Amino acid sequence: MTALSDAIERDPSLPDPAAPLSPSGNLRRRGVVSRVVEVGAWVAALFAVALLVLVVYTVVRNGLAALSLNFLFTNPVGLGGGGIFNALLGSAVIVAFAALIAVPVGVLTGIYLTEFAGPRSGAARALKLVLDLLQGLPTIIVGVVVYGLLVATTHVETGFAASIALAIVMLPLIARSSQEVLLVVPGSLREAADALGVDRWRTVLGVILPVAIGGIATGAILSIARAAGETAPLLFVDSLYNPSQTQLDLFGHGVPNIPIYIWTTYDLPTANAITNVWGAALVLLTFILLANVAARVLLARTRAKMRG
Amino acid sequence: MNPAGVTGDRILFGLCVFAGLLAVAVLCLVVYEVVSGAIPSISRFGVPFLVHSRWAANFGIFGAAAAIYGTIVSSLMALAIATPLGIAIGLCLSMMAPPPIRAVVGPLVEMLAAIPSVIVGFWGVVALAPFAAKHLEPFLHDVFGFIPLFGPPQTTGLSIFSAGLGLTLMVLPIIAALSRDLFLTVPEELKDGAAALGATRWEVIRGVVLPTTASGVAAATVLGLGRALGEAIAVTQLIGDGTGIHSSLFLPGTSLASQIATNYNYSESALEIPSLFYLALILLVIGLVTSVLAKTIAGRFDVQRSLAR
Repeated sequence: MTALSDAIERDPSLPDPAAPLSPSGNLRRRGVVSRVVEVGAWVAALFAVALLVLVVYTVVRNGLAALSLNFLFTNPVGLGGGGIFNALLGSAVIVAFAALIAVPVGVLTGIYLTEFAGPRSGAARALKLVLDLLQGLPTIIVGVVVYGLLVATTHVETGFAASIALAIVMLPLIARSSQEVLLVVPGSLREAADALGVDRWRTVLGVILPVAIGGIATGAILSIARAAGETAPLLFVDSLYNPSQTQLDLFGHGVPNIPIYIWTTYDLPTANAITNVWGAALVLLTFILLANVAARVLLARTRAKMRG
Repeated sequence: MNPAGVTGDRILFGLCVFAGLLAVAVLCLVVYEVVSGAIPSISRFGVPFLVHSRWAANFGIFGAAAAIYGTIVSSLMALAIATPLGIAIGLCLSMMAPPPIRAVVGPLVEMLAAIPSVIVGFWGVVALAPFAAKHLEPFLHDVFGFIPLFGPPQTTGLSIFSAGLGLTLMVLPIIAALSRDLFLTVPEELKDGAAALGATRWEVIRGVVLPTTASGVAAATVLGLGRALGEAIAVTQLIGDGTGIHSSLFLPGTSLASQIATNYNYSESALEIPSLFYLALILLVIGLVTSVLAKTIAGRFDVQRSLAR
């Protein structure tokens, strides 16, 4: 036994049993490269999270200084003084009206794509291309176009024009997300309805939409959150208004809104203006982030429901 | 099928077709409106508009070169930073992070994309631009000052460089989220196979994950580029409303979208509005081309779909 192990130890062609188990040479280098890449990826991910935390923290810390009931419930006064009541109300009205236009049109477009047009038909592919192009449109172009259509003719900026512009921004988002949800509605539901001789429109309204409603709502909420913060489409169609007056008449008047409030107030030369802009940014960001969280929760629940 | 069913079907079908046609009509209207608005300027300045850098409304002189330059430089800068970072984040969230961390960090990265551009721009003016002017720009000037891009820093920090940083913040979550989704589509067997042959994690990434998703990642980058090129608000706030073309990134500049945003309500001469429409037309062409390009190179991946969520 001893002789055998001695023989093995003495044979130079066999690996040294006492050698350390850590890799050396090429294997070691490959391991190091891999480690470096992994650490780099982790650092990148942490960097992104840190960026979000930094922006949100700055907005929250500075915004809380401005936030009070008075800030939320009074109209702006003078150069960046007062509150943001009229802009909050105005934004709510403009976005609600935009959703009123964009949600039905978007959902119906989604239904057309999944329930009526074959997925490989020319019409469906063309429509999908159109939606992608609309989605990729720089939003300031939407503002320019709506200005040319609705404002240049009458020379009056209106909340209605703002709603139209936001609806154009929202439409492709809602259409694509509804289409996605409708696509994952189990085909067996349609077949079961067909087998029972149910009309197509009853199947869509009574079977398919109720299953998909959570996902459709998710898309609608996300697009509303997106529209609430859009500034570029409003620049030329809803930025001229009396900033200290509450205005809810969409037709014939510019309606105060939060994005334009931030845009026009942030470089006013008063200290109060900056504080108030932080406050407005905090309110807007809170709404948008909460809407995103709500949309995510809703989507998770819808997915779970569809899986059964 | 009863008559009521036929009528109901027809009504629903009609409504759906109407909605689809409305979307098509909106796109056609956008193109028509921009082109027709630009025609006076196109017939007056023609193609040389694209290479003249002077924009002097009171003299009736309009050229887009400075705006095109600022747009391209700030966007490319954003892309140069955000693409490697975004891909690294995608790799971390798809292959390295344990599931609980993925479930938290993934949505956080996506929420970065939800921050409105006006808030990014405002934060940029108050926090980012001063930081860049005090720390980043002097550092880059000291180290790389021999390259004309990194000239002497200005005090305000409002520059093409700051605009590029702001755009990075907006493009990064798009590229990160899209590439994560793409990396998750790589079949587990392929990765396991490579690992069983002794490949390290980096070799699995380089040999299997990146090659199988390359077209999708390229498309995601193009989509990010499209977003950066068309961004108006944050860029206008950060780029400093400069004129002309300068080699240094640290000087104020302008971009197509911010030129429109700044001058539209205050246009002075008769040809200014058509010239702004001309800028919008350039922007429109860029937007349409990037969308189509992304769709074409994405191949089997539907990246625009993930963006709509």
